[in-house]
Amino acid sequence: MAPPSSRRSGFSKKAQFSLFTGYLLAGAGALLGFALLLLSLWQPAAFAPVRGVASDAVAPAGEVTAAARSGSQGLFDGITGYLRIGRQNAALREEVELARIRLAEADAIAAENRRLKSLLALEEGEATPVATARLVGSTATSGRRMAFLGVGRSDGVVPGMPVVSERGVIGRVLETGRNSARVLLLTDSESVLPVRRAKDDVVAFAEGRGDGLLRVRLINLGINPLEVGDLMVTSGAGGYYRSGVAVALITKITPDGGMARLLAEPSATNYVVVEPIYQPDAVRALRRPRDPLDPAPETSPQPGGNASEQDGE
Amino acid sequence: MERLNPRARSDHYGSRINRTQSPLRAGSVPYLSIMLGSLVPVLLIADVMPLLPPLGFLTLLAWRLMRPGLLPLWAGAPLGAFDDLVSGQPFGSAVLLWSLAMIGIELIEARFPWRGFWQDWFTAALVAILYWFAALLVSGGELTSELLVVALPQVLLSVLLYPILARMVASLDRFRLARARRIG
Repeated sequence: MAPPSSRRSGFSKKAQFSLFTGYLLAGAGALLGFALLLLSLWQPAAFAPVRGVASDAVAPAGEVTAAARSGSQGLFDGITGYLRIGRQNAALREEVELARIRLAEADAIAAENRRLKSLLALEEGEATPVATARLVGSTATSGRRMAFLGVGRSDGVVPGMPVVSERGVIGRVLETGRNSARVLLLTDSESVLPVRRAKDDVVAFAEGRGDGLLRVRLINLGINPLEVGDLMVTSGAGGYYRSGVAVALITKITPDGGMARLLAEPSATNYVVVEPIYQPDAVRALRRPRDPLDPAPETSPQPGGNASEQDGE
Repeated sequence: MERLNPRARSDHYGSRINRTQSPLRAGSVPYLSIMLGSLVPVLLIADVMPLLPPLGFLTLLAWRLMRPGLLPLWAGAPLGAFDDLVSGQPFGSAVLLWSLAMIGIELIEARFPWRGFWQDWFTAALVAILYWFAALLVSGGELTSELLVVALPQVLLSVLLYPILARMVASLDRFRLARARRIG
């Protein structure tokens, strides 16, 4: 369609001025956007309160779509389950037999673990969850990977708290609104998480690549001990995540580590748990590196000196 | 005439004269539809990679190309600010890019005033591809080759989605200008 002729100014001074003002305002808008962009790249937290208000407004609608999403997934799962029921039943029965044996073994190991810990006088408190919430939505168009939660400041959620599902780590709270929170997912290209191999103590960093996979980088270089199928769990370094939570499974070996697939895929997750920060003192010390650590001598130094990288935003 | 046939001056919407559109609807529908376009991808899916096309920006493009002169030249800034609040990009990226897109299209249009659908589609595809790349550049994350590869379907979807969005915008435009009240 041709533009309407009213947009041609002709000799009318008024039309010329209004056209000029339009260009002026649009140019000013672009310049303002550029300034805001520079400011928010320099200080990412500068607009957190405004975004908090916006995500508070969006969160209730997100609850509805999240419920519909999980409902439809459940429906399809139900249908496929019904079709496969016979074969699955036999396989499950066999699996339960094996699992009973393993469970008995695990009981013995747990008892032994308790005994050894009491010998060492170690005390480990269970993390009581701060809140349970739905994953309301995510930034599906942007190159950054963030998700929204339906709980916020009023539920006691503060930035830095780890977000886990029943399958493993999802990410870390980045900003909070009154009733919503923004979570940095593990696959974001700015996310770094200290991990170790579940069966021994090969330590590494798991960095997001932005494409759904994690790049696992070993800290001690040399012969790469990783194998395809290894389970990586959090190491507890850095103080944000408690140790031993499942993170990812190695799918490919590279010279300096490997590629890993997430265990807790946000798209397949309904409910997540927000946990308190594992060691708040360590996090506080890492945020303000000039302050001395707590003078109390019994707080042991954190393993993994490079853990400050985890605070990278 | 009405004495002979009471429905002579009406169609299936009612009387054809003494009717006017609702000014509120005529003014608000474009803005509301663009804001809804910004919101929908956030609510649809929680996924590990960028997948959906920037629906808000594509709706803005469709309105701008199909109804030149309806949105003021500076409309990219406030609408972009709303998009920035929910999109996950650093605040200011859409304010900048949407404003630049509006100015750019205005300049192109001064050169090619008469256009058809195919040319509109070509323009929209070009602008959408440039926008996709610029948005990745200013996203604040590291621009890796893996990220580029995984975000490629977004480009394809944006280009292919324009005709559908154009149809939707056309029907929204009809709704926007539909007769709402009787005058006189």
